[in-house]
Order: sequence, then C-alpha cells, then structure tokens
Amino acid sequence: MIDFLRQSWTGLRALLVLTALLGIAYPVVVWGIGRVAFADQAAGSPVTVQGRLVGSSLIGQQVEGDRWFHGRPSANDNNGLASGASNLGPSNPKLITEIAERRAAVAKAEGVPADQVPADAVTASGSGLDPDISPEYAALQVPRVARARGLSEQQVRALVAAHTQGRTLGLLGEPRVDVLQLNLALSRI
Amino acid sequence: MSDTVSGLLTIGLLVVMIAVCYVPLGDYMARVLTPTKHLRVERAAYRVLGVDPDGTQHARSYALAVLGFSVVSVIGLFAILVGQKHLPFSEGMSGMGWAMALNTAVSFVTNTNWQSYSGEQALGYTAQMAGLTVQNFASAAVGLAVAAALVRAFTADRNGELGNFWVDLIRICVRLLLPLSLVAAVVLVATGVIQNFAPTAVAHAITGGTQQIPGGPVASQEAIKELGTNGGGFFNANSAHPFENPNPLSNIIEILLLMVIPVCLTRTVGTMLGDRKQGRALLAAVTVLWGVALAIATWAEVGAHGAAAQAAGGAMEGKETRFGIWSTILFAVSTTGTSTGAVNGMHDSLTPAAGAITLINMLLGEVSPGGVGSGLYGLLIVAILAVFVAGLMVGRTPELLGKRIGSREMTYVALYVLTTPALVLIGTGVAIGLPSTGNALGNPGAHGLSEVLYAYASASNNNGSAFGGITVTSTFFQLTLAAAMFLGRFLPIVLVLALAGSVAEAGRVPRTAGTLPTHTPLFIGLVVGVVLLVTGLTFFPGLALGPIAEALS
Repeated sequence: MIDFLRQSWTGLRALLVLTALLGIAYPVVVWGIGRVAFADQAAGSPVTVQGRLVGSSLIGQQVEGDRWFHGRPSANDNNGLASGASNLGPSNPKLITEIAERRAAVAKAEGVPADQVPADAVTASGSGLDPDISPEYAALQVPRVARARGLSEQQVRALVAAHTQGRTLGLLGEPRVDVLQLNLALSRI
Repeated sequence: MSDTVSGLLTIGLLVVMIAVCYVPLGDYMARVLTPTKHLRVERAAYRVLGVDPDGTQHARSYALAVLGFSVVSVIGLFAILVGQKHLPFSEGMSGMGWAMALNTAVSFVTNTNWQSYSGEQALGYTAQMAGLTVQNFASAAVGLAVAAALVRAFTADRNGELGNFWVDLIRICVRLLLPLSLVAAVVLVATGVIQNFAPTAVAHAITGGTQQIPGGPVASQEAIKELGTNGGGFFNANSAHPFENPNPLSNIIEILLLMVIPVCLTRTVGTMLGDRKQGRALLAAVTVLWGVALAIATWAEVGAHGAAAQAAGGAMEGKETRFGIWSTILFAVSTTGTSTGAVNGMHDSLTPAAGAITLINMLLGEVSPGGVGSGLYGLLIVAILAVFVAGLMVGRTPELLGKRIGSREMTYVALYVLTTPALVLIGTGVAIGLPSTGNALGNPGAHGLSEVLYAYASASNNNGSAFGGITVTSTFFQLTLAAAMFLGRFLPIVLVLALAGSVAEAGRVPRTAGTLPTHTPLFIGLVVGVVLLVTGLTFFPGLALGPIAEALS
C-alpha cells in the first residue's frame, strides 16, 4: 500500500506535466499554426453573404420549399448542436416504414416513379449534418427547382454540374454535390 | 470509375501507406523503447516526477506505477468533468453528474473512450483539452509501455528487469505520440477539421431559418484520438461529423492514423527481439484476420444484404454521402480491429452480417491488430497459447522466443484469456435479466440483444464504439460498464506484467531440433486458429441469439 501511494504521488506529478504539455501547449500550438496557415478551415469553413454568416460549407442545413435543392434526411433536423444518427437497426420495421414514406414523399415532390429515388434521399445520414447529396439525387431535383424559379432545366443542370465534386484524387470517396454551395449559386442567378 | 474499383483502390492505398511506414516507424518505436540518452525536456520531466530515469523496475513495481498513474488519472479527470463550470472556456456547460463523470473518466483512462454523453452538449473546451486529450495520449502510452515491458522480458536473462514505467510513459509521449499528433493535427486542419476557441456561432441560412454552428479545439484531439486508438469523438457523431472528418482525404488519413502504430508494432517487436521473422509472422496473422473481416463486411454492405438496405436500394442509413459504403466499412472494420472505436458511420444501422463482424472483431480480444500496445501484448498472449496447444499435441514443454512456458506462465495466460469473456458474458447476462433493460433498447428483437452484447464487448475490450441505439445513461449501465472497462483494462495489464516478471526471471533455453519454429505459415495458422477457436467457443451462443439470428432471418 505504501508503495502504491508512493507511485501514485509520482503519478500525480506526471499527470500535471502531461496536462501542461499535451492538454494546453499542444492544442494551443495547433491552434496557432491553423490560424496562420489555414485560417478558413480552422474556423469551420464559414460561408458569408454580404458579411453575414449563412452557414458552413461542411454542415448540411434543413431546406424546404420547391425553390431550393434539398439535402438528405436527418435524424435531428440538422441541429448543429445535436449531431447523430437514427441508430435504427438493419431489420427494424420502423426504419423500413420510414424509408417507404420518404420514398413516396420524394417521388411525389419530384414527380418521378418511386423506384427512381436514390438511396441517399431515403436514408438518414450518420452525422445528421451531411452537407452532400449524390449527383443522382441532385439530378432528380433539377426539373422541380427549374420550374419553381422559371429557369430552364439546362441552366439548372449546368449549375449542378459545376458544383459536383468528383472522387478525391480521382479515387477516394464518392462523387457528391454540396447542397449549401449549390443553393447559394442558385440564389445568385 | 465504378464504386468497386474506387473501393478496392482505397483499400490498396491504405495498405501501401502503412507499408511505407512499416519499417521506419516500427524501428523508430524500437529505439524509443530502448534505453538511450535522455533529451533535455525529458530530464526536466524526470526532475519534476522525482524519478531516477536510469533505474529499472521489476514486475511488481512496474505494475504499481501503472496502477498508481491510472488511478490518479481517473480521479483527476473525474474532478475536471464534475467541476468544469469553474474552468475557462467552459462554454456555459455545467458539471457532469457523478455516474456519467465516473464512467467517462474510467473510459478515457482505459483507452476505451466509450461515451455516454454527447460532446457538443456536455463538455466545454478546457474539459475536452486538458481533460480528455491528455488521457488520449496517456492511455495509449500506458498500453505501449506494458507491451514494451513484456517484450523486454523475453530478452532479459534471469534479472527480472522490465524497464522503467515513468521513462516509458514520458518517452512515448514526447518522442512518438506528440510529434506524430502535431503533424497529423495540422494536416487535418488543412483538410477542414476545425481548431478554434470560438463560441457557437449562429448562421442565418439563405434558405430560411437559423443554424447553430459549433466550435472547439477539434483537430488536436482528432489526431491523437485516432493515432492512440482511443476513438472518443469531440462531437456526438464522432468521425461522421463533418468538422471531425470533412472529406475522403481526411477519412483515409484518419484510418491510416488508427492502424499505423498497432500494425508497425509487429516490426518493433521483431527488432527488439533481434528476430524480425517473428514480427513478420505476427503481421501475417493480423493481416489475415483483418482482411477476412473486411471481405465479409464489405460483401454484406455493398450487396445490401439487409431488409432496410434492400428497401432503400443501398445500405446508406447512418452513413455519409462523401464516404459512401466502401470507405465507411473500411473504417468500421479497422476501428473495431484496433480497439479504437471511432466511427465514420453508425454501426447500429450496418447490415446484419457487417454489424456482426464489428462485434466479432472486438470479441476476438482486439488482436486484429489491436490497440496501441494492448494489441501487441494480446497477440503475444495468443502466441503463447498457440505454442502451448502445439506442445500438448506433441508432448513437449512449450517454448516461445527462447523462454520455457511453464505452469506459472500458463496460469497467467489462462486468466488473461478468461478475463474479458467473463466480463462480457456476466455483464450482458445481468443486463438482459433486468426488466429496465428492455426500455433502454433502441431496436426490437434479436438486434436489441446485439445492442447489449455490443455494449459490454466494447467496454470490456476497451474499444468504445457502440450500437448506439441503446440508452446507457442509467446508473446501472454507467457503473457496470465503467467496471467492465476498468477490469477489462487493468486485470489483463496486471496479468501481463506478472507474466513478464516470471519470464524475465527465467533463463534462456537454447533452440533445439524439437523447438517449434514460431515464424512459419504453420504457426501463423495456429495463431489465427487459436484466436477463432477461443472466441467461437466462448461467444457462439450469444452470437447465435443476436447477430446470427438477425442475419438469417
């Protein structure tokens, strides 16, 4: 017991040393480097319009209305302070019902047959803040947005194409469309 | 490019990146763990600690140092979590309740990083940095120190010396984890991971409405979260959160970080033993286990082998668009194989067979390739078990790496192997016996049982990922899971150090024609077989009632 207490006393001093070095100095140094070299990223890739913060290009928002492109379903209504998923299991009847309801709703909103609705449009994302949709889901929304805005489908399709990101380095991840950036471009037409 | 080609190339790129690091990092870690001159900053640290850096410890004293440091760490972290509102940058957060704070403190000190709280709703920046980030480093260093002590036991000749825990702790932090984390954190910031001390911002969306956007020193924690196989997210969504893992590039960097130390340690052990073939044999066994798990899980996910995935036309529930299915399952298999527990997609919504693989990966005892240090000592325990089984078959006293494995050593090994299964099965059994557990489950039927089994498997094996539908904030779950984490970490560590002491006091025996070579394909097969057999025999009933029943229904 005496030995244990002696080692614990050393342990307390070790904890203080490590806290100063790893818990304070290290994060502050990373913060300093980030501020100098990557200020935009370190601050959360903010998007501003006329000096006013409208969102982060990395964080998906809740979008409604025919005039805009919609993002994926979110288990937390895109609450920026409550990230998370549905955590519904792969055989849960509740999830299967939700998927069927979302499929019907999207098919109706876009005026397409139900079997044309892609998987990302009917499933809730992992973070609840997914900023992206698949190019397929974006293409599905083009006619509706064009109609609501009185634009030609060709115009809107070109905008989607300009905001479609390919795989990183040509091979990593999935092709995708950032909904906030796309809607921002749409609002400028 | 099709998803399949992209997915296979991603896996290939990860393997190439690890292969490039293998020799330099593996040998560098061997140098970090071998006595040399002390750096000036290290000398200063030893003066503050009041330790003689050139003194060595035997098993008992090494174990007491590990336990003393860890218990003090739990108390210190508990105090920070409970009292965080008095700290700067608390962002208006009140202190945690005692049960959640105890669970969290034990969780981060044991390298588990199980989280019963939601980061953005429960913790201020100082608690995250000075509390959690510190233990992300320290717990990984403890695991590596214990592994180093066991390796040294095999090179010691009758002197019983295992090294010096305090020197190992400081050196691993200063020479290995801190420099690598610093580089990784800056790279992650460049990809878009945030690092600031700004309060939550309010955005006025152009499409209407407002959205709160969080801040925080995320990148500095993200780097060591992966590198130290910790896994505790700054945010609730963990590495699925765009501020923790913004794009496919940050994603593959994070997978690399969580794999690189455990894999390269197989090189380190070969270098420290002066027997590189031994390291390569362990690497081969690890690669087989990881590769088979990845193949099965990818098959299940890409083929949408589940009812919900079929209904949706793809297994995208709980996944992020930027990663897609291939990169999510690569992350999931790697994080459960390394005892990291970070997630970039939600395991609870994985297709049944893929979810079963993440669970089984933990139940294997975290050896494919396991956590920082803990994976290596786990693998060496399995190797001893394998030579013992082989010795029984041919009727010879088993030997490993020039040391005889006698009854004392086998007792420690047997107790080690029994510890986590006992914790998992007793914990799960008690929990499902309680009427209140039914209300805590997020899913009905066989999947509900899997959620409980997953929770205790994750805690006892110090992984930290979850089938997150389960609600674990009741005092019962907080305390039993904390106990599972604590015992699942420190009973094995004490047994490993007792084994190390025993091995270090034994003399070396010369290799003879009757010695089983432990670097051949035969032995690699034996190691893999022992891992699968022990897990299968222990957990088959539980797996049959949970994930297997669900996969077959």
